[in-house]
Amino acid sequence: MSVPVIDAQHLRKVFGSKIAVDDLTLDVQPGEVFGFLGPNGAGKTTSIKMLLSLTSPTSGSASLLGQPLGDRGVRAKVGYLPEHFRFHEWLQAQEFLDLHGRLYGMDAPSRREAIPRLLKLVGLEDRATTKLGAFSKGMLQRIGLAQSLLNDPWLVFLDEPTSGLDPIGRRLVRDIINDLRERGTSVFLNSHLLSEVEKTCDRVSFIRSGRILQVSTLTSFEQEAFQVSIRVGQPTPELLAQLAVIGEDVHLERGGGRIRLKLRDEGRLPELAQAITTSGHALYELTPNRLSLEERFLQVVGEESNE
Amino acid sequence: MATLIISRLTIREAQRRRILWVALIMGFAFLTVFAVGFHYIQREIEQYGGVGDEQIIYGFLLTSGLYATYLLVIIVAVLVSVTTVSGEIESHVIDAVVTKPIRRWEVVLGKWLAYAALVLVYLFLLAAGLMLYVYWRSGFVFNNILAGLSMMGLAGLLVLSLSIAGGTRLSTLANGIMAFMLFGIAFLGGLVEQIGGFIRNEAAVNIGIITSLIMPADALWKKALSFFQGDEFITPMMAGPFASTTEPSNLMIIYAGLYLIALILFTLWSFTKRDL
Repeated sequence: MSVPVIDAQHLRKVFGSKIAVDDLTLDVQPGEVFGFLGPNGAGKTTSIKMLLSLTSPTSGSASLLGQPLGDRGVRAKVGYLPEHFRFHEWLQAQEFLDLHGRLYGMDAPSRREAIPRLLKLVGLEDRATTKLGAFSKGMLQRIGLAQSLLNDPWLVFLDEPTSGLDPIGRRLVRDIINDLRERGTSVFLNSHLLSEVEKTCDRVSFIRSGRILQVSTLTSFEQEAFQVSIRVGQPTPELLAQLAVIGEDVHLERGGGRIRLKLRDEGRLPELAQAITTSGHALYELTPNRLSLEERFLQVVGEESNE
Repeated sequence: MATLIISRLTIREAQRRRILWVALIMGFAFLTVFAVGFHYIQREIEQYGGVGDEQIIYGFLLTSGLYATYLLVIIVAVLVSVTTVSGEIESHVIDAVVTKPIRRWEVVLGKWLAYAALVLVYLFLLAAGLMLYVYWRSGFVFNNILAGLSMMGLAGLLVLSLSIAGGTRLSTLANGIMAFMLFGIAFLGGLVEQIGGFIRNEAAVNIGIITSLIMPADALWKKALSFFQGDEFITPMMAGPFASTTEPSNLMIIYAGLYLIALILFTLWSFTKRDL
């Protein structure tokens, strides 16, 4: 296994008597798009700030790209789009990118190459000479995203990249993240928009009260048990008994018609359909229902809060 | 390298936000008021003559002008720099800057250099304007001009550094209050010291010395005066901020220099260490 791009071990941050992050232990692999989910105040932004050395951890350790936190050589290969960011609003879009390119230590030719390319990537090529002060929230978020990609980073931290964006802008960010994945760039995505995360991330972690509750791959969700809802003509007890061999928790809903059951494996769906049709029942509907990420989020985060 | 990028950015910000233009236009207005006032007073002196030593009057006028310059430069130094670090921390503008492959202290040093250059150039333009005008109209010149201006410049840099240092730890408003109040305390201490000097009250003189140690700006202004005026203008009539009855020692200059260096080092350290 290659060296993880992020490897955090028991990172902890305490502000006075308030524990912002209790125990952050996670790893992000090269080329992975990693979703970081949690309710407001869960310690997401503090976690990112510790990983970026904006805030120093109270205890614990972590490495980025195999180097300890704060290494300047590593920062040249890391991009960051801060949450609620504001940039020097009196700068024009291209001047702003030029400034950050200089701060990355890029020479003039590579800045000249990268700036128009990135402006085009985020759809702001005709706003190159507009001052940031005149930008809408969504445009600022786009230019901020362009800023975080200036140095062709190996690892990008995106803190709520789509919060100010309209559906078109969100689509754009999603395409950019997918593009980054194809190029092998790792992305650490902190977002409230779970549907976005669902569409872009390889793995997600749930954090609450400064602790990681669960890390799962999105494909592992697909392998988990799921509900199936079936509608047949005149269901009989024999049919129910037959279905109970294939699935679990089979029950007929009151008012007739609809049967619900749980399946462990997606591969058994055709078997289920076949069993119904060979039994002579008319099959009107067969719908597999997976837990959406949102339901899962509420389940994981909610369970903890009920303890 | 990053220091120079930030310095250039800071100066460009002052330019874009029209700070430079407004400061230059208002500085010109200031010089105009002085010139008009000087013109009428000089005409009065020449018309009636016999006022006594007119050099004293010219010296007094130039001193008043320089004192106003000194106050303005202090105020401008605090106003332009008071939000620079704290404001960018509060708005998180700084977050995307310090996560670049640069050192944090380079950012603050870059800002300090830019503001220091602006404050010194502004002081020089106003003071040179006053002195040249007075010389052109009356032929009057101060002694030790460079040494005196250096003291004023040092005072400006002290207050500037104080406000940048405070910005790494305090909110913008708290920082502004601190910078102005420290300056005010030094000013008051300077007055108490002068009065103590007249009535030979040691306790009052000591209060002045202690406040000068806390904030040496006022002592530096007094030192500038004693450079400009030599021993010629010290009369009880001209006590107050326009005279230096108790001339600060050269040790005070060394102290102020060390104070400045310590303040800058504290700022670099403080910003490097803090959580953003």
